[in-house]
Amino acid sequence: MNQGKGFWESLPLFPERASTLASEVDTLYFFTVAVAIFFSLLVAALVLYFAVRYRRRHPNEVGQPEKTITWLEITWSVIPFLILMVMFVWGAKVFFIAFRPPSNAVEYYVVGKQWMWKFQHPQGKREINDLHVPVGQPIKLTMTSEDVIHSFFVPAFRIKADVLPGRYTTAWFEATKAGAYHIFCAEYCGTEHSRMGGTIHVMEPRDYEAWLEQDAPTDERLLSGEELFAKYVCNTCHYPDSSARAPILYGIFGEQAELADGSRVLVDENYLRESILNPTAKIVAGYQALMPTYQGQVGEEELIQLIAYIKGLEPAGGGEQTASGGSTAQETAP
Amino acid sequence: MSERQGPRRQHYLNATWGLKSWLLTKDHKRIAILYLLGITVFFFIGGLFAVLIRLELATPAGDMVQPDTYNRLFTMHGVMMIFFFLIPSIPAVLGNFLIPLMIGAKDLAFPKLNLASWYIYMLGGSFALWAMFNGGVDTGWTFYTPFSTTFSNSYVIATALGIFILGFSSILTGLNFVVTIHRMRAPGLTWFRLPLFVWAQYATSLIQILGTPVLAVTILLVAAERLLHIGIFDPALGGDPVLFQHLFWFYSHPAVYIMVLPSMGVISELITAFARKRIFGYQFVAFASIAIAVLGFLVWGHHMFVSSQSVYAGVVFSFLSMFVAVPSAVKVFNWTATLYQGSISWDTPMLYALGFIGLFTIGGLTGVMLSTLGIDIHVHDTYFVVAHFHYIMVGGAIMGYLGGLHFWWPKITGRLYPVFWSKLSALMIFVGFNLTFFPQFLLGYMGMPRRYHAYPEEFQVLNVMSSAGATILGVGYLIPMIYFVWSMRYGERASSNPWGAVGLEWETTSPPPSHNFLEPPTVDHEAYDYVRRAQEQRVA
Repeated sequence: MNQGKGFWESLPLFPERASTLASEVDTLYFFTVAVAIFFSLLVAALVLYFAVRYRRRHPNEVGQPEKTITWLEITWSVIPFLILMVMFVWGAKVFFIAFRPPSNAVEYYVVGKQWMWKFQHPQGKREINDLHVPVGQPIKLTMTSEDVIHSFFVPAFRIKADVLPGRYTTAWFEATKAGAYHIFCAEYCGTEHSRMGGTIHVMEPRDYEAWLEQDAPTDERLLSGEELFAKYVCNTCHYPDSSARAPILYGIFGEQAELADGSRVLVDENYLRESILNPTAKIVAGYQALMPTYQGQVGEEELIQLIAYIKGLEPAGGGEQTASGGSTAQETAP
Repeated sequence: MSERQGPRRQHYLNATWGLKSWLLTKDHKRIAILYLLGITVFFFIGGLFAVLIRLELATPAGDMVQPDTYNRLFTMHGVMMIFFFLIPSIPAVLGNFLIPLMIGAKDLAFPKLNLASWYIYMLGGSFALWAMFNGGVDTGWTFYTPFSTTFSNSYVIATALGIFILGFSSILTGLNFVVTIHRMRAPGLTWFRLPLFVWAQYATSLIQILGTPVLAVTILLVAAERLLHIGIFDPALGGDPVLFQHLFWFYSHPAVYIMVLPSMGVISELITAFARKRIFGYQFVAFASIAIAVLGFLVWGHHMFVSSQSVYAGVVFSFLSMFVAVPSAVKVFNWTATLYQGSISWDTPMLYALGFIGLFTIGGLTGVMLSTLGIDIHVHDTYFVVAHFHYIMVGGAIMGYLGGLHFWWPKITGRLYPVFWSKLSALMIFVGFNLTFFPQFLLGYMGMPRRYHAYPEEFQVLNVMSSAGATILGVGYLIPMIYFVWSMRYGERASSNPWGAVGLEWETTSPPPSHNFLEPPTVDHEAYDYVRRAQEQRVA
């Protein structure tokens, strides 16, 4: 097959393997491809062999009488089933890896909108359609959409997760190889769907640090979570010394909150989001439904900032970081 | 040609004349022909969109049509092909024509309802065409919310209403078939003597009756949100966008089996007729159809592994999806085993049947790969999925439809078609199909997302192969169009049983008389009993 060499070289078969997950997915893929090739060839070979071997030789000829062979039926039901179960278990194992970020993952935020991707680094730096990340660092993406459903897809990392309006979804990866890789939107989202892409730049940690130091030249600065907490006067109530009674937010993230109806809820990103946009949906036990809604006032990126800020609030007493915005100018109460 | 000897024989085609005799007919055979005309028009409209899509994708830049136009092209391709061609194709044409013949009945249980179903189908189709000529729809055939309810500026409601109306045609046809199969079998024709095509149609009808209402409700909810801004799916209105996906796939996954089960039924008929042998494991094949219909309702969540659905729900749906693969595998193995020690002819319908086995096997195995959670993360919503479902719907459903059309064409029209051209086109369709869709598996694993108007350059080689294959495939579909039409006037006259097949439909004349049988048949033997037939011939 030398004469076709140039062609085969130009024929791409696998995307680059640039994350820890990529080789897991590829190994599973090779196994299933091997199973698929085996059964396809088996069936094709038998069909062709029989079709030639038992071709009709006289116009009035008929086939041999059929005998139902039950053990054969059972065999060719059970063997494929067992192989399918191997695929299922192995597939589920890879899936759990793909959707369970390790505890040391650093959190980045992603907002999709028609037709761009907006990213925010933990250090506060923001980018559009380009995302710079270091090699060897598990990175968790917390994602939401401002409009329709998108899907964040990096073929080189073998990750994909839908990005929905009105809630947070997550994905994670650990890049293993420096380079530039495609980001695609995989869920059809309207006119410029095929141009809703970007590039993920994987850098050596030192280069990444250097890159972070550079100032983003034109990007207007977004208020930090702490500043937003003051701007939206959250601090007038959600503050230990406040005269108004509202749940204190120190150390609540990741804990169970008891609700007025007696049920319990895990305080996660989606719960905090709901509590800001629709505060009366779930009232914490012992408090009253006094808080106004912030639906339509707080944008997606501001919400992410606020939630990140609340997540960072250390349990009461131990924190040098405080929720006090007392020194910041207070604006009119909502 | 040795026509016009003796008095002209009366049959269902020449029993009455004039447009009115067709538009008001209650004869299931004529209604089948009406459907044949309808679905052929929609097939070629859908096919034209496919041609334009493949032309656009021959180059990486989106340079032939505007992005909005491209989005309308793939949406209308999907809507036309799935709802207006594939879902009605085999049931409404071959099922309508053959079920009464195969069970020895004069007609379906409700002939007027059958005609009404065709009018409903045409009305739904007219809505969709009206929407198309007014600018089309750009949501994808999946109508995902909130894009379809809040963001799209195209004819969503008109198209969805067309599908809503069409759904009633599908429900009524299913109902008609179920009642007919239960109540109108000839004396002696027990369930386990039925041809497997009838079993497959029965299973399909159950899905049509039970699944389609869910689609109708979903469409109404989309319309309510889009027109009245009632928050159901759009989070900005307080709705849940993933709810739509659950409802949509609750119908649309079983709908895949509406498309492929009848095709499997056709293949069972073709394999037995051209191997002249009773099917291997009759009961296993029959119950496999029922198993597929039942399990098909339990696997919809495998379309939603990365949709934000819970990881545990993903695991359950992956597990259940593996089960549905087993009855499909059983069918493939039984067809293959039927060939063993058969008397196999290579007539055109058999070429389609053998092609079906190969393509359906690849489609099924790649479907299993997609049900494997760890692989789906990567290939979900890529060309891998596009390739997979085309192997099932085109390689499976359309191969079966065309194979069946070639098999029963002499019965339907009383004419034979040219052997050379029919074999050539069957070969072109097989080769063209593989060249079109096999590269798309590779494209998908490379990471090319579906529904992309423009794509990075490294995907071009495979896209050019795919477009080249589509050209061959397109010509392959045009050739039968031409010789079928030609054969109706110039084709050699067919005997009542040109293939030497067994089955009640071959015991009446070609074309059959208006009431199907001159004497009501009775049945005292199993289906596909070629040994018995050979003994009878020897005695004679």
